[in-house]
Amino acid sequence: MRDTKHTSMGRGTRAVVTGAMGIALAATVLSACSSTPKAATNTPGVTSNSISIGATVPLTGPAAPGYDEIAPAMNAVFGWVNAHGGVNGRKIHYTYLDDGYNPANTATLTRKLVLQDKIFADVGSLGTPTQAAVQVFLNTQKVPQLFIESGCDCWSNPKYPQSYGWQPPYTVEGKILGAYIKTKFAGKKVGYLTQDDEFGQDFIKGLDQEIPSASVVSRQTYDAATLAGPLSNQVAALKAAGAQVVAMATIPAATALAMLPAAAIGYQPQYVISSVGSDPPTVGPLLSSFTQKGGGTAAQATATAGLLNGVITDSYFAPESEVSNPWVQVEKKLLNDYAPSLYAKYGLDGNTQYGVALAYTFVEALQAAGKNLTRAGFLASMANSGKNFVTPGFVPPSYSNSVHFGFEGAEVIKLSSATSPAVTPTGSWIGGTPVTSVEVTDTGSGPVTKYTGATSTPPKTLVATS
Amino acid sequence: MSLFINISLNGITNGMIFASLALALVLIFRATRIVNFAQGAMGMMTTFIASSLLSQGVGYWWAFLAVLTIGFVFGALVERVLIRPLRGKSELNPVIVTIGLLIVLEGLAGAIYGNASRGFPAAFSQSGLSVGHTKIAFSQFDVFIFGAVLVLMTATLVLFRATTLGLRMRASAFAGEISRLLGVRVGLFLTLGWALAGVAGSLAGLLVAPTSSFGPYYMDLILVYAFTAAVIGGLESPVGALLGGLITGLCISYVGGYLGPGLQPLGALALLMVALMTRPEGIFARPTARRV
Amino acid sequence: MTLPVTQELSMEKENESWLRRLRLPNQPLARHLIFAFCGAGILFLVTSLLSPFNDYEVGEIALYVVALAGLSLLTGVNGQISLGHGAFMAVGAYTVALLMTHTQLNFLVELVLSIGAAAFLGLLIGIPATRLKGPYLAGMTLLLALALPPIADKWSTTFGGDQGLSTTVPTGPGTINPEEWLAWIQIIGALITLVLLANLLRSRFGRSFRAVRDDEIAASLAGIHVARTKVLAFVISAGCAGLAGAFLGLSTGVVNTGEFPLTLSIQLLAAMVLGGTGSLMGMWWGAVLLVYLPQWSTSLSTHFSLGSGASAYLATIIFGVVLIVVMIAAPTGVQGGFRWMWQHIASLLAGQHATSSSASELSDDAVQSLPTK
Repeated sequence: MRDTKHTSMGRGTRAVVTGAMGIALAATVLSACSSTPKAATNTPGVTSNSISIGATVPLTGPAAPGYDEIAPAMNAVFGWVNAHGGVNGRKIHYTYLDDGYNPANTATLTRKLVLQDKIFADVGSLGTPTQAAVQVFLNTQKVPQLFIESGCDCWSNPKYPQSYGWQPPYTVEGKILGAYIKTKFAGKKVGYLTQDDEFGQDFIKGLDQEIPSASVVSRQTYDAATLAGPLSNQVAALKAAGAQVVAMATIPAATALAMLPAAAIGYQPQYVISSVGSDPPTVGPLLSSFTQKGGGTAAQATATAGLLNGVITDSYFAPESEVSNPWVQVEKKLLNDYAPSLYAKYGLDGNTQYGVALAYTFVEALQAAGKNLTRAGFLASMANSGKNFVTPGFVPPSYSNSVHFGFEGAEVIKLSSATSPAVTPTGSWIGGTPVTSVEVTDTGSGPVTKYTGATSTPPKTLVATS
Repeated sequence: MSLFINISLNGITNGMIFASLALALVLIFRATRIVNFAQGAMGMMTTFIASSLLSQGVGYWWAFLAVLTIGFVFGALVERVLIRPLRGKSELNPVIVTIGLLIVLEGLAGAIYGNASRGFPAAFSQSGLSVGHTKIAFSQFDVFIFGAVLVLMTATLVLFRATTLGLRMRASAFAGEISRLLGVRVGLFLTLGWALAGVAGSLAGLLVAPTSSFGPYYMDLILVYAFTAAVIGGLESPVGALLGGLITGLCISYVGGYLGPGLQPLGALALLMVALMTRPEGIFARPTARRV
Repeated sequence: MTLPVTQELSMEKENESWLRRLRLPNQPLARHLIFAFCGAGILFLVTSLLSPFNDYEVGEIALYVVALAGLSLLTGVNGQISLGHGAFMAVGAYTVALLMTHTQLNFLVELVLSIGAAAFLGLLIGIPATRLKGPYLAGMTLLLALALPPIADKWSTTFGGDQGLSTTVPTGPGTINPEEWLAWIQIIGALITLVLLANLLRSRFGRSFRAVRDDEIAASLAGIHVARTKVLAFVISAGCAGLAGAFLGLSTGVVNTGEFPLTLSIQLLAAMVLGGTGSLMGMWWGAVLLVYLPQWSTSLSTHFSLGSGASAYLATIIFGVVLIVVMIAAPTGVQGGFRWMWQHIASLLAGQHATSSSASELSDDAVQSLPTK
């Protein structure tokens, strides 16, 4: 009886549902076929009073945590710029689309941005495999692929003149941290725990240039795509090999999934972690599960501070815990004024700082390009004046005709419960203090040397309004 | 040698976690002959609710109980609303509907709770227990996982083998028409099966969360391995789910530890193929007679 | 699931009478070729009118049609549920990329080899699959989708690692847009696949596939070699996925493992079902869905002006809800629904409403009482 009732109901409903779907699909196809009209200038994405840029970033999916904060933080800077008349009279319109960290999606969405939406440049797109998938396309189309959010050393390649990195290459970080290990922990046994892709491989390349190979007793890896639980086996192997120092190229999730089982078996090596996976407000909550049954924020903070205390990492701009630093203060103000919901949710953490710093760099580059804006001219002025850009970074970007890397310098910092913490809406997280001065190096075999240039301070007025 | 012991212990702990979710899969399959691909996601959702309760200051064990109850209700709701209309039709439909539910739940969790990193506390200390002078990779919390899974498995066994309720549930699944004719309220028992599985899934979610990257997707890989465990053990057998879980956990721990972490799913696949080639119905399933 | 033999036969008769009025040939192959050429003509016209980006999207739709058609054959017509077709696509993509990187073979040869490599994997998986029933097979294929891509990461020097292996589309004639030329290649591939599969389904192989799906024991009693039929379905389906993967590699320009996550395999199955399980032309609907899903994220969120957290996930939630609703209310998918509506319209026009509605009621009941496993 119940079955026939379903049958007769089913047929009518079936028709309605399929009809609706068919219409919806047709409507989608038709609407997608319309291309947005663009201003009739020679340079795509540029009018006399606006500039359109775009990016593809992971807003959903397992790769989204943390990284989905960057693009909205960039919009805070662009909001400030637009409220003050824009750069050279042009307001910045930033469109970022969700590619879910899938390079096939990146390929489609980037083509949409370039061919249909006619952006001026692809600015601040995230990921090595995703951006590698569109590098050829963007270079063939002569669209600048600016400030790629990845530390791969493949972004500075004369074959692809449109592509530019921004954050320090993983090799540079590896060399700086490796040099620190070589001097401070001479003679100790060193173990590596790295992601088994470009990130880890480039980081190891840097470490191996500094750390004598005889000191490296264990090289463990993990695969980000199949990361299901704690890296207990890798930690057990490091302990069995007797590693007293563990150098890590890990994303924040993996950092926590390594430190937790290590703490469980009482293994407490000296951790030296890449800046990618060491930001306390990002890693901290992941470590809080080490507390029992909740325990509230106090116990959480204690447990986290306990696990992260003494961790060595690197930073290429002033960390969020240095509350008296003028850049930190400016960053907080920008986010609070122009991205209030983002700031209320995350505060100033490593990701929002990254976004603000990257956007600053773009604004500097846009200003240097002048009123008469073309893609070629923009890149030429970056090569000429890149080294003069004022950004939150400790060192100026290395942009030149031959080098397309951004920051190639950082300082080594130590997380310590003795320093003032970084306070965000989610809690109070251990702060860091520098243990070296700012150091610079390259992705090749050059040495790690002390940076002797000037430190930047935030300018009073950032942009020319005419 | 101690490396081998630690890798084995890690395998056993992982295995128990797979077994906890595998038991939920077995419960549903035994009760309704359907594999619920959203089982992990349902556990994820209830654990997110637990996380909200904890952040409101609710005590851990109260949140624990509340969430198991919510899991019971959730399971029953899903069966009544989504699975009941599919009864009697092709076996592909429940697969797709549960996959659809998986997609919806992950999207909802992402939309409501956001992508931000978060942790989830463990019921007991995660510090390794001391054997002599060394700490081994087995903590109080791991003992709790062990115990919880054993209790769950025993309860399932007792339910199906020794109670009239279990008999009625099995009858409803195997021979619905005849059971109805004999006065068994088939619909009720199907719903009950899903409700109990919902409890098991919630428990699994709470056990897994402290040791993984807690977020909308954290149960995905666990579901795949739990499915492997359940299939190896025979989708009908609670004991099979436990042993299948241990076998799967140990297998991927050894593969990950000695061959390479990225090869773990491949190791599980090889294990599954070997198991299914030798016993297509699973190791612990009773061979069914084929009527020709 | 799909339409039983009785309903398909009655529809065939109706189609044939309609076609006879059009004076089209009766042989399936000729009919399919004529449809294919018409389709090609329409699509070529459409691509020449559309913008380069829309051409790119049409090409993507075509490549997903290839994958979905194979999956429809395997799951819809032959009854074997596969949650692992992303793995076959990966094999096809990596094969074509490796060949393009290391050899100078002719493009068509490279495509054929990609199909072959994927079909070979299909053989390896299809053989153990013959012993597995529904959920067990689903589980094994799910693991396959998960297990295969990380192999490429492990041996990153051969497989290109993060930066992947690049593919090159052969140069097109004249000054044609590269996007339009690639779309033509993919459209031709899709039409050839559809013609071949449509012919296969009309032949005795198609009848064996359906017979094995409906009742293995009866089929084997009727003299059909059940295991060989099932393996054949797997091999053909995997080959289609391999071709689709090769096309995907051409679309993207670079092949790396991030393009084949677990969600791809799940979305393929979902799109196949939404398009119409067991149908071939219905796969165009499913492919449209797959291509536009990533783009719906942004447009939906701007329409509803939600907070950034909720909006990014809106498309996923809607996709899942649609999947559930369609499976409960209209399990034959879009194509099945259109077919049903067309049936009723055609019978209304022919003025045989009374008799045909009872006939279709009969066949609907036949659908409902399909033997379940």
